[in-house]
Amino acid sequence: MSEVGTKSPAVRVRSLTKAFGPLVVLDNVSLDFEGGRVAALLGPNGAGKTTLLKAVLGLVRPDEGSVLIDQTAIDSVGRYRESVGFMPQLPRFPSHMTGHELAAMLDSLRGFQGSADEELIDAFDLRDELNKPFKTLSGGTRQKVNAALAFRYATPILILDEPTAGLDPVASLALKDKVRRSRDEGRTQLITSHKLGELQALADDIVFLHEGRVQFTGSLEALLEETERSTLEEAIAELMGGVGRGGVPSSADGPAPLGGSDDRPAQSLRVIP
Amino acid sequence: MSTVKTLLIRQIRDLSRARAVAGYGAFMAMATWGLLHFGGGAERAMPSLATLVVLVVPLVTILITTTYLYHSGDFIELILSHPVGRRPVFLSLYVGLVTTLVGALLLGILLPFALTGFALGAVRGLGLILVAAALLTAVFTSLGFLVAFKVDDPARGNGVALLLWLTMGVLYDGVVLYAAYRFAAYPLETPMLVLMGLNPVDVARVVVVMALDASAMMGYTGAVFQEFFGGASGIALALGCLTLWVALPGLAALRTFVRKDF
Repeated sequence: MSEVGTKSPAVRVRSLTKAFGPLVVLDNVSLDFEGGRVAALLGPNGAGKTTLLKAVLGLVRPDEGSVLIDQTAIDSVGRYRESVGFMPQLPRFPSHMTGHELAAMLDSLRGFQGSADEELIDAFDLRDELNKPFKTLSGGTRQKVNAALAFRYATPILILDEPTAGLDPVASLALKDKVRRSRDEGRTQLITSHKLGELQALADDIVFLHEGRVQFTGSLEALLEETERSTLEEAIAELMGGVGRGGVPSSADGPAPLGGSDDRPAQSLRVIP
Repeated sequence: MSTVKTLLIRQIRDLSRARAVAGYGAFMAMATWGLLHFGGGAERAMPSLATLVVLVVPLVTILITTTYLYHSGDFIELILSHPVGRRPVFLSLYVGLVTTLVGALLLGILLPFALTGFALGAVRGLGLILVAAALLTAVFTSLGFLVAFKVDDPARGNGVALLLWLTMGVLYDGVVLYAAYRFAAYPLETPMLVLMGLNPVDVARVVVVMALDASAMMGYTGAVFQEFFGGASGIALALGCLTLWVALPGLAALRTFVRKDF
């Protein structure tokens, strides 16, 4: 376990419930995302991953429950988002705008006057592309701009929704390097992806959601050990099979810590009631 | 306030480049020029222009508003993922749309007047017609916001917007006319005034009729309106009624936006 893993949780989710009409998307979800770790949110389509991330961002208003960032409940004004960087799933930007214009606008909205983190702009060789309107850029280039903007403000918390979707292998590698370096700098990162192979190389902790409920939380090692599998892909397949056969073994009550803290080691498969 | 300013500048720049807004301004310019050129002078063209404004402004405004908001959904989501409140975002979206649409409308109407050499100050009622048109723009922008934030599906939302315009701009008058015919034996002055107040398009229509001093053309109803709205206080009341039509759906839209899931 890394040293940063023993920090206080940076993001806490408490009894989060959200329904869209009759469809319950999040059902009493409680989680602790510890500081300085990379947590992967996994689950089949419609499991509630994006809704959970959007609830943390305040984009989705929960019916019940709360989200705390560094011990403070998030408010409707949204100042807490100064410490959050977000990479949405689809890079849909205003077609007439250029990347430079968008970055300048976001700088102004944030009141940002410091030195921006432009590592990814260089890694993706984006300097020239930022002067072109988005409508002239390819989907992959827009996704690179999307990633560069998420990391631009060097925020302590990063939320990345399918970050490598649409990226070529070189760009994908550069982004994964950035995620690793950010972890080494102590940032908390929440990532969703269907590319389990790359998540295995990045994630410290795994959250497996199914039909809005947390089916597993814990470290990657714990998951592999519990499922007696050697890869994340096989372990998730095992979990999904378990869910299909009537659920995985139930254990602890209350919020599920990720990565394991000293008092609550997350070393077992668990269903959060 | 800097949030509103930043977003407003971007939005006005973005909307000014939008084909729909440019097309709206161009259509109003061509229609106004046509009426001035073929209508036999500014005074005679004014009633036609007023009718055009009352019919076209609500339709174009509500459709551009809903289309723009549906199109901007992802961008609004991106903005809201940064440290900004929802109220400033709403305000900048609203003011940006109203400003651009009113700008296109004013430019479209005033440019032909200027080009054909009419002294704007000498054209009776033009100022009041433009004020009514601007308020009508704000009313239907408010209604467009309410529809777009209440109805998630763009196709359904645009359908609701069209239906709203059809009801307020066309069908409502038919119902009022039928009621007037059906209950002709009763004193209808007060119910008619109330029914007019319940429809912003009718209120705007009353304002332009009064502005053009054309109530005599409307017979008995015109006389009632002339008596009620003829003075400055009557016009002020009608404009106040339109302002209320701006505020109520606008506030309902704001409430919806603040609670909306993205």
